[in-house]
Amino acid sequence: MSFWEYANPKRFMALSSAALPWLTGLTALVLGVGLIWGFFFTPDDFRQGSTVKIIYIHVPSAFIAINAWLMMLVTSLVWLIRRHHVSVLAARAAAPIGLAMTAIGLITGAVWGQPMWGTWWEWDPRLTSFLILGLFYLGYIALWEAIDDADTAADLTSVLCIVGSVFAVLSRYAILFWNQGLHQGASLSMDREENVHDVFAYPLWTCIIGFVLLFITLVLLRTRTEIRARRVKALISRERMA
Amino acid sequence: MIALLIRDLRLAIRTGGGFGLGLAFFLIIAVLVPFGVGPDSAILGRIAPGILWVGALLSCLLSLDRIFALDFEDGSLDLLATAPIPLEGLVGVKAISHWLTTGLPLTLAAPVLGLLLSLPEEAYLWLIASLLIGTPALSFIGAFGASLTVGIKRGGLLLSLLVLPLYVPTLIFGAETIRRGAEGLSTTTPLIMLGAITLGTLAVLPFAAAAAIRVNLR
Repeated sequence: MSFWEYANPKRFMALSSAALPWLTGLTALVLGVGLIWGFFFTPDDFRQGSTVKIIYIHVPSAFIAINAWLMMLVTSLVWLIRRHHVSVLAARAAAPIGLAMTAIGLITGAVWGQPMWGTWWEWDPRLTSFLILGLFYLGYIALWEAIDDADTAADLTSVLCIVGSVFAVLSRYAILFWNQGLHQGASLSMDREENVHDVFAYPLWTCIIGFVLLFITLVLLRTRTEIRARRVKALISRERMA
Repeated sequence: MIALLIRDLRLAIRTGGGFGLGLAFFLIIAVLVPFGVGPDSAILGRIAPGILWVGALLSCLLSLDRIFALDFEDGSLDLLATAPIPLEGLVGVKAISHWLTTGLPLTLAAPVLGLLLSLPEEAYLWLIASLLIGTPALSFIGAFGASLTVGIKRGGLLLSLLVLPLYVPTLIFGAETIRRGAEGLSTTTPLIMLGAITLGTLAVLPFAAAAAIRVNLR
């Protein structure tokens, strides 16, 4: 029994179809608990009032937006090295989710920033980096859509993903060099004494776990769709040949 | 490889289009901006570094899809791929010839346009230095983007979308060098970073681009 057995589409489909209902339920449960806890059972902030509660969507979506790219990088590498189709389809499935999470992070940030900083948009390093990250997602998705041949598209997008990762990190440092920030530092960390107060931190962690579960569920679902779409394509082309 | 370089340069100059177009576009940007912003030389001088760098970047972008597209269409790219020189070397030569026909003329034209935009006197040295060091990176990144989109009909828009985020660090450090030079600050850090980006892209991207071309010619 090895992890790589699930690179077989049939095995993958069997496992994911068994796991999906449980994952969906668990996601709904954790996300529901986290959001309701965050929205209704935490006190308003001393200075920020109730706007602080947007943190329960803003932070988890930003967390997913960054880590979705990381996941795409790993699955792209797996594709290039071991040529497992499921792996690269998972990367393809994750990209629009990552883009959506980037957009959610930017929009909730703007909604939060307007009353807090008095501006919808500021060329702050974090905001700018996120905009660039969104552009990377857009380019990746557009390249997938533009190429007809599935394997060519998979190879080229994987190369783009790897080069893009290097440049994404580079942009991050360049942007930090370019402008100092308005955005606060990290709200949560494992190794610091002072974090967001526990009253906010526990529901926030719950929401982050909920978003991670949501991401996994959506990626599985979309990967299944991609596999089915490819099967349909294969069937159609076989029909034409006959 | 030198023969290939000479061939590419000849093609670029004699077929027209790409070679002059970038320069003309650069000129147009530098001439139009004052009309849009107003003739106040204090404001123009302040934004000139950014405009010149953005202008150079966009002019570069304009001719990117010519790097491989023409050779791909008439089949000479297949011939070059089977030629005894490695594909990585081919990409390098292509990027260099693109730089010689766009980046270098842009660098030489930039001081004149800086005059139009009333760039402060101290900044001219840094303008030339930053463009000279930074534009090769634009060509190499562009060659990588062009190699990804070479198989796609009318991939120009896609190419710009792919290359745009990759250009961000180069633009930041390039414009920052001139800005610091204009204000009399030390330009060492951004200039070194710019050089690092250029050398890094020069070392790594030909391999990525060659891999992409191999996929596209499969």
